[in-house]
Amino acid sequence: MIKLDANIPEGPLAEKWTRYKASAKLVNPANKKKLDIIVVGTGLAGAGAASALGELGYQVKNFCYQDTPRRAHSVAAQGGINATKNYKNDGDSIYRLFYDMIKGGDYRSREANVYRAAEVSNDVIDHFTAMGVPFARDYGGNLDNRSFGGVQVSRTFYAKGQTGQQCLLGTYSSLIRQISKGTVTMYPRREMLELVIIDGKARGIITRNLITGEIERHSAHAVVLATGGYGTIYYLSTLAVNSNPSAVWKAHKKGAFFANTSFIQIHPTSIPQLNEYQSKLTLMSESLRNDGRIWVPRKKNDKRVANEIPEEERDYYLERRYPAFGNLVPRDVASRAAKERCDAGYGVGETGLAVYLDFRDAIKKQGKKDIEAKYGNLFELCEIITGINPYIDPMRIYPAGHYTMGGLWVDYNLMTTIPGLFSIGESNFSDHGANRLGASSLMQASGDGYFIIPYTISNYLADDIKTPSISTDKQEFEDAEKLVKERLEKLVSINGTQTATSFHKRLGEIMWNYCGMSRNEDGLKKAKQMLEELKKEFWTDLIIPSDLNSVNQEVEKAGRVADYFEIADLMVNDALNRTESCGAHFREESQTPEGEALRDDKNFSYVAAWEYTGESKPHKLHKEELKFENVEVQVRSYK
Amino acid sequence: MKLTLKIWRQKNADAKGKFITYDFDAASPDMSFLEMLDALNTKLIKERTDPVAFDHDCREGICGSCGIYINGHPHGPGKKAITTCHLSMREFKDGDTVYVEPWRAKAFPVVKDLIVDRTAFDKIQIAGGFISTNVGSAPDSHAIPVEKSKADEAFDSAICIGCGACVAACKNASAMLFVSAKISQFALLPQGRIEAKERVQTMVKKMDELGFGNCSNTGACEAECPKEISLVNIARMNREFYWAKIQ
Ligand SMILES: Cc1cc2nc3c(=O)[nH]c(=O)nc-3n(C[C@H](O)[C@H](O)[C@H](O)COP(=O)(O)OP(=O)(O)OC[C@H]3O[C@@H](n4cnc5c(N)ncnc54)[C@H](O)[C@@H]3O)c2cc1C
Ligand code: SF4
Ligand code: FES
Repeated sequence: MIKLDANIPEGPLAEKWTRYKASAKLVNPANKKKLDIIVVGTGLAGAGAASALGELGYQVKNFCYQDTPRRAHSVAAQGGINATKNYKNDGDSIYRLFYDMIKGGDYRSREANVYRAAEVSNDVIDHFTAMGVPFARDYGGNLDNRSFGGVQVSRTFYAKGQTGQQCLLGTYSSLIRQISKGTVTMYPRREMLELVIIDGKARGIITRNLITGEIERHSAHAVVLATGGYGTIYYLSTLAVNSNPSAVWKAHKKGAFFANTSFIQIHPTSIPQLNEYQSKLTLMSESLRNDGRIWVPRKKNDKRVANEIPEEERDYYLERRYPAFGNLVPRDVASRAAKERCDAGYGVGETGLAVYLDFRDAIKKQGKKDIEAKYGNLFELCEIITGINPYIDPMRIYPAGHYTMGGLWVDYNLMTTIPGLFSIGESNFSDHGANRLGASSLMQASGDGYFIIPYTISNYLADDIKTPSISTDKQEFEDAEKLVKERLEKLVSINGTQTATSFHKRLGEIMWNYCGMSRNEDGLKKAKQMLEELKKEFWTDLIIPSDLNSVNQEVEKAGRVADYFEIADLMVNDALNRTESCGAHFREESQTPEGEALRDDKNFSYVAAWEYTGESKPHKLHKEELKFENVEVQVRSYK
Repeated sequence: MKLTLKIWRQKNADAKGKFITYDFDAASPDMSFLEMLDALNTKLIKERTDPVAFDHDCREGICGSCGIYINGHPHGPGKKAITTCHLSMREFKDGDTVYVEPWRAKAFPVVKDLIVDRTAFDKIQIAGGFISTNVGSAPDSHAIPVEKSKADEAFDSAICIGCGACVAACKNASAMLFVSAKISQFALLPQGRIEAKERVQTMVKKMDELGFGNCSNTGACEAECPKEISLVNIARMNREFYWAKIQ
């Protein structure tokens, strides 16, 4: 049986990473050339890793499902990326960022990993700047910063509302540089559908070529998964429509533990769902909360237009409930507060499932020009989608599924419980506990890819230099390929009457209602049953075109939905198991009289790492106890 | 609303394509254009016919995946500066006939239906669209201050999403707007100056090799670009190219 060991280096927190690097095993340049590494994903984590490993001299194979690596969903991040430069002289430091992330994560993350993420953040910013990422600058020519939800310092670097795009295009440029040098081979329009394990080690993947339909084998000495989050489990979310859990789920079924599956961040400021056809929710960056004020009418079902509601009849409920942080409370708190007001009947808009985000006062104070400089493109986006002009009328916003703190369990090396299988960026569970702080994911994904994995993977591969390149003729590849083909055949042969998307929508609705912003035992149990029934219906009544030898976007969708059914079940189990409330995970049974989340440190100060034990067998729970030696565990209060 | 859709159907790169007409009455003004295609596809799937293939991912105007030529315009008619995924069905009227085609350019062969192969863009970038700096070698970000106006200008060039609408809009299928945006971003920043001369030459050479046409200054690309990348970039690239040659 696998024993969970986080492999945290000895020594004081601030020295662990330095010590690790100093004593990590290295691979000499001649040997690196003979070692193959597969990196799945081309977001900040994947493309960062592929280029850094290519620079070191490894032979890298990099995969993504889009037509080019530059379209990974990191491209959509808006608000910014954190670093502890303390350029503002406002008291920032590695420790403070570490502290903010631990506290923001509601004391459900591992100290050593979080500290390291904060530690490499400055290197990330310097690297981006050197690659020509045009971050915002001040008149003196220096980089500008802004503050971001849940913290009291200004440590967020940004490029208007397109920080993710600029960071990703920078990373793409470092990736193509390695492609030009021949160290990285790019495989776009490929979907990873299986992991190949040989003698207990991750040695390859099976992919489907999304153009030709060909099922392909790829081998390597180690495999890195950087496949992003699984927020599309709710169907409607801020994620890309095709983002999916398939790669991590397949790895999970091959032995990688899945941690904190139900920790999903619901972002407070998305454009609300406008109609039943909608396929996607668009985020309005959290940075807007720096200047926008959130409110609902004091009267229930007030149908007046926003600007006709006088000041004294507006309830700025975040400022009222959380005077210290006001509109800048962390995301989980802001989301729940919006849900609470709307459920109580104070919501606005046709559906009543929206609250106002108002810039009237900010425009009065700072002038339209300044506000435009900061948020111009977001205001435009809002107008394109909703027809509301935020310079005149307040935006309408509502929470939306956004970021998965849960993911593959990894140790300090970012290695999963399968030797040689690493997981980085949003795909792992590592650094954000039960709730992620704004602007810390781009930071973590880049840090993992550029600055951490190159050391930890070398440390691992140093023992593998004698292994010649892995043949794809081995039986294990044969078996994995067979499995993939059978699964695809099964999907196309159902020949029922309902589309993959229609199932995805219904699955998403169940998850959103019972395993979303607020959860309780009855609801979760009900969800479990509903999922079971829907899954049966899926496997008997799905319809997709049957051609597997060319572009077949429906079979792609169906495969993802099939995996979502399984992951949904684990998510519900994880939420059922954790009877406390923490961060984004709010169990109604565990709250204070004022309705704030109530943690249960005595019983739940652990990472729940789930082991797959077989088809229709219950998952096995492993607990990684969390030790807090460098922060005092407190009640997380933003009052 | 009721629409007559004339959609380009092409089984694969080698097959001959043609317009197929679909009378579709389940469109709603609340849909985005892609959601309308989703709805059409649902119908086609249920009728056991092959759904229309098209590229899309973020559906929020930033990844550059989507790109459909609609009624003679890349990313569709109506509002300026939007991507296909942001095109609303409000731009169409009940009873309209809508022509739906892939990008047309020699350098972007059709893969299936509305999907084209844009790897030529990657190839141009691979030829030099980067700054040669290794992980871990960067100086502190404030070691080299950058004039705010220059940084802002570089940003305006850097926001190109690589969709290819500029090529589709151009009667010569020229990629000048796309290439010049990248060249400009780096040319404007001190970090990018070091390799500027070589970069402009290798990227332009690759662009020509790949079968993109010449620029004849019609400005169609700028008019259709969803990110409003300016023609100024092309002028700057020409200057850079000329300067690199005479040096
Ligand atoms: C709208 C939005 C705004 C955000 N804003 C911010 C922000 O301001 N600041 C911040 O810090 N964070 C932000 N985030 C979060 C952050 O953007 C992501 O967490 C982060 O970019 C994830 O990076 P990644 O490299 O792990 O994955 P991604 O960028 O999602 O990349 C995933 C990659 O995996 C590939 N892939 C997936 N599955 C497969 C498969 N089966 N086979 C092959 N390839 C596969 C994809 O093709 C893609 O290349 C935001 C997120 C969203 C959705
Ligand atoms: S220049 Fe404009 S039209 Fe051309 S690829 Fe870039 S964003 Fe698209
Ligand atoms: S789908 Fe991403 S830009 Fe349209």
